[in-house]
This record gives sequence, C-alpha cells and structure tokens, in this order.
Amino acid sequence: MLADATPTAPEAAAAPSVVLDVAGVTLQYRTTDKIVTATYRVSFSVETADRFVLLGPSGCGKSTLLKAVGGYIEPVEGAINLRGKPIRHPGPDRVMVFQEFDQLLPWKTVRQNVEFALVRSGKCTRTEASDRAMHYIVKVGLAGFEHAYPHTLSGGMKQRVALARGLAVEPDILLMDEPFAALDALTRRKMQEELLQLWDDRHFTVLFVTHSIPEAVLVGNRILLLSPHPGRVRAELDCDGGDDPQPETGKRLSERIHDMLFSTEEARHA
Amino acid sequence: MHSAVRRRPDIFVERLETSFGVVERPLSPWQRVANSGTFRKGAILVIIAAVWQLYATRLGNPFVLPTFTATFDAFVASLLSGELLARTMYSIEVLLMGYAAGLVLASVLTALAATTRVGRDLLELLSAMLSPMPAIALLPLAMIWFGLGIGSFVFVLIHSVLWAVALNTNSGFRSVPSALRMVGMNYGLRGLPYIALILVPAAFPSILTGLRIGWAFAWRTLIASELVFGVSSQAGGLGWFIFEKKNMLDIPTVFAGLFMVIAVGLVIEYLVFGLIERATIRKWGMQH
Repeated sequence: MLADATPTAPEAAAAPSVVLDVAGVTLQYRTTDKIVTATYRVSFSVETADRFVLLGPSGCGKSTLLKAVGGYIEPVEGAINLRGKPIRHPGPDRVMVFQEFDQLLPWKTVRQNVEFALVRSGKCTRTEASDRAMHYIVKVGLAGFEHAYPHTLSGGMKQRVALARGLAVEPDILLMDEPFAALDALTRRKMQEELLQLWDDRHFTVLFVTHSIPEAVLVGNRILLLSPHPGRVRAELDCDGGDDPQPETGKRLSERIHDMLFSTEEARHA
Repeated sequence: MHSAVRRRPDIFVERLETSFGVVERPLSPWQRVANSGTFRKGAILVIIAAVWQLYATRLGNPFVLPTFTATFDAFVASLLSGELLARTMYSIEVLLMGYAAGLVLASVLTALAATTRVGRDLLELLSAMLSPMPAIALLPLAMIWFGLGIGSFVFVLIHSVLWAVALNTNSGFRSVPSALRMVGMNYGLRGLPYIALILVPAAFPSILTGLRIGWAFAWRTLIASELVFGVSSQAGGLGWFIFEKKNMLDIPTVFAGLFMVIAVGLVIEYLVFGLIERATIRKWGMQH
C-alpha cells in the first residue's frame, strides 16, 4: 500500500475508478443466411458505482453489446477491458441478470439458486454461501420464500431472486439486460425503485440495458444513447435521476433523449 | 371527441358486500374418490375383467381364451410354485444389464453431441439410421457375434434403449432456454460440469421420457427375443416361460405369463418412473 502512495502519474489516479472500458467495439452475429453488424465502433467507460444505461430502440445492438461484455460474443474489432484485463470468457466477475423469467434454475429453491451461484463461482464455501444467500434474499424482500421453487413465484419475485443472485456474487459489474421489461407496469415501477434503494446501500456498479426512456432516466446516472442498424453512439449524457425541465433549454432530459433518438428517423420518414 | 362519451358520476363503495357465505368448502367424499386417478383406472380394469369373464364363459373354449378366473388361478399357482417369479427375476436381471449398458452409451453419445458439432452430426445420423431398426431383427446377427447367451440379449437391449434415450436427451438439451445456458456459463461452468449441473436437470422432462420409452422398448424386445431364441440358457426368462407353456398347451398359464409382462410394466411405470417424476419435474413445476 505504501508503494502505491509514492509518486503516481495523474492518469493513474483516475484510472482505477474505471471498471469497464469498451473501446471501438464492432460486433457481428451470424444468422443462417447472413452476417449482421449489431454495433459499429462503440466506445464508453463505466466507472465505479456507475448506474450506466445503454438506451436505444430495438435493433441498436444494446443487448448484443451487453452479451459481449458478458463474454458470450467476441468483438470483431475493438477491445473490452474489465479492470484493465481483456474479456475472453463468461465469468462470475460480471454477472448477468436477464429479462427472461426462466433464468432461475427451476430444480433449485430460491436459496439454492443463490447458493449455487456463490459456490460454483468459487466465491465462498457451502457453509458461508448459505448465510450470504440468506442475507441477499432478505435484502430483496423475499424473506420467507427461501424454500420456494421458482415456479411458485410471481414474475417480479423471480426477477428479485435473479437480482439477489447477481448481487450475492458481488461481481465487479452487474449486467442487467432489460430486467424489468417483462413485468407489469406497477411491479416494474416498484422494482426500479428497489434497485435504486439497493444501490444506495451498496453502491455496486451496474450496466443496464433498456429501451424505455423513462426507465433510463430514472435508473441511470449516465446514459449512452445508441442509434439503430447498426448500433452507433449518438450521445452520452449525465443524469441526476430527476427529469425536471432544464434551465438552459426548458426541456426535460427525457424529451431531449426522445428528440435525439427519433429526430433522424422522423426526418427520413417525412 | 368529447361529445362521443357521456359523462357519469363516480361511484364509491363504502362498505364491501360480506354476505357471500363460505369462500371455500371441502369436496364431498364422492368428489374426492372420483378425483383419484387410481380409482378411475381401477374401475376400468374391473370392467375389462368382467367383459373378459363373460365373453370367455360364453365362448367355452379354454384353448383359445381361458376365463379371467382360470387365468387368475393359473397366475396364483405359478406364483406359488415359484417358477413364474424366478423366470421374471431372470428376465429383469438381463434387462437391467442391457438397460444400464444402453444408458452409459447414450450418455457418452449425448455428451459428445452437446459439446461438439461432429458429435451432434454423428448422433443425429446414427439415430436416424438405426432408430427405426427393430431390435429383434439384429438378434440372429447377435447370436453369431456373441453366441447363444446373455451377451446377445444385452446387445439387442442396448440397441433398443440407446436410440430412444439418446434422441430424447439430445432434443431435451437443445431446448434448454438460452438464458439458463448463459447463467450456467456465467458462473464458470464448462464441459462435463456444465452438462451435469445445467443441461441434464434442465432437460430432465425429455430425459425421463427417453428413459420411459427406452425401458418399454427394452422390455418388449427382451420378451420377444426370449420367445424366439430363449432356449439358449437352461433357466430362461419370462418369454421362454410363455413359449414353453404354449407348447404344453397350458393356455391359462400362457395368459398368466402375459399377465406378468403387464404387471412388471405397470410396477416400473407407476412405482419407479412415477416416483421419479413426482420427486423431480413435478416438484420443480416443469410438468403438471
């Protein structure tokens, strides 16, 4: 530790706060009869405790980008670094939370689902896993349901389990792929607020994919706007969680985002 | 726009209606009995036995169709003499050998298919070619390769188990939701642990179907093989028992042997597979 305190370059002082660095990433995937470019030269950096949102209409490659960060897809161009190391495989230092309810292992109870993640990712032993799993299950408000099988839970509860599982592993970054998109509007709203409460408590780093402008504005502190076909960066905006009219333009943040995402398309269709 | 709908006053209910009586009430004893599948199926069995008894009595020819009671008497008699049970145990022993060997091979093939493209091509090609082949048609060849012994039976049993289990397991693996696959990989699972801890439980409904079909194929193959070639060993199994009794024109005992074939099938289906099903995929909500 003492060695670190001795003269350091200015950029070295800033660098440790960057968790994820995506530099000029082009992603392609192959269907049965063609190769599709999902994103083209996308760059952004996620810093510690960021609630970084990837926002864009369908076809902007935001989910593909998240999967690349997860290590499921290899970029054809560019680099993705997690804490300075290139990403090669999926691993428990980046935990995904999916939109689908079937991301929970149906043959395990709520608690076993979380324990499984902890033990398999090598985060702790079986005995420690049990306590830690319970801690996070209580955190997401599922105390009393630890012995329930996933099929007996509602959609919102299943997503809470997936969130508890992701948080329990304490990854460098939590990757959330439209986690609340399949929920009803009331539950979605509640889950968004709960996510923010959990964040207030732990200040974990999260990369959040959504196609909903209100969700992006509510959840994010930094929003990356992507344009579709293929996904390219349109803007990167800071966001304080409020959506009040801004003094300089008189426009709300969500209106500005809406204009930026749809202005070119409307011009084209006009 | 506004004139199209009539404005009406809001309505608030101050006190909720409470005179609806009971919210839930237990079913009557008759409703509960009628809900039991065992009871309903048992009733069908009784009706079949009664029709059989009536028809056989009217026919009056025990060489063609003995009565239900005569068959039942022969069944009890051959059980008490110990012969039927010994023959059945012998058949089950051979069956288990073939079934186990078939499962091992099926596991290897499906594991290869799940991890490599060549493995998948191999499995799909082999099962497309060999699955429609009746196991019994391989028996003469097996006799030449493995002689007149258990080896030949095990060989044809492997053939009847392998493709049913491998095909179902493979299709089960392929229909595992991608979110579940990605979750498995996310926690660092690869290769065999990935197959064992994610794919197998996630595909268990299909695997169990494969095990059931494989078992049924194996059982009928074995009985049929013994009927045709069962002379091989002195003991002989259930199929040979049926064949022997037919030669002695002991027709009620032939029916008793067929009874046993059915009984073993029922026990395995309802006790073994039924219990596995209840302890796994039903409990997990993967099947209702």
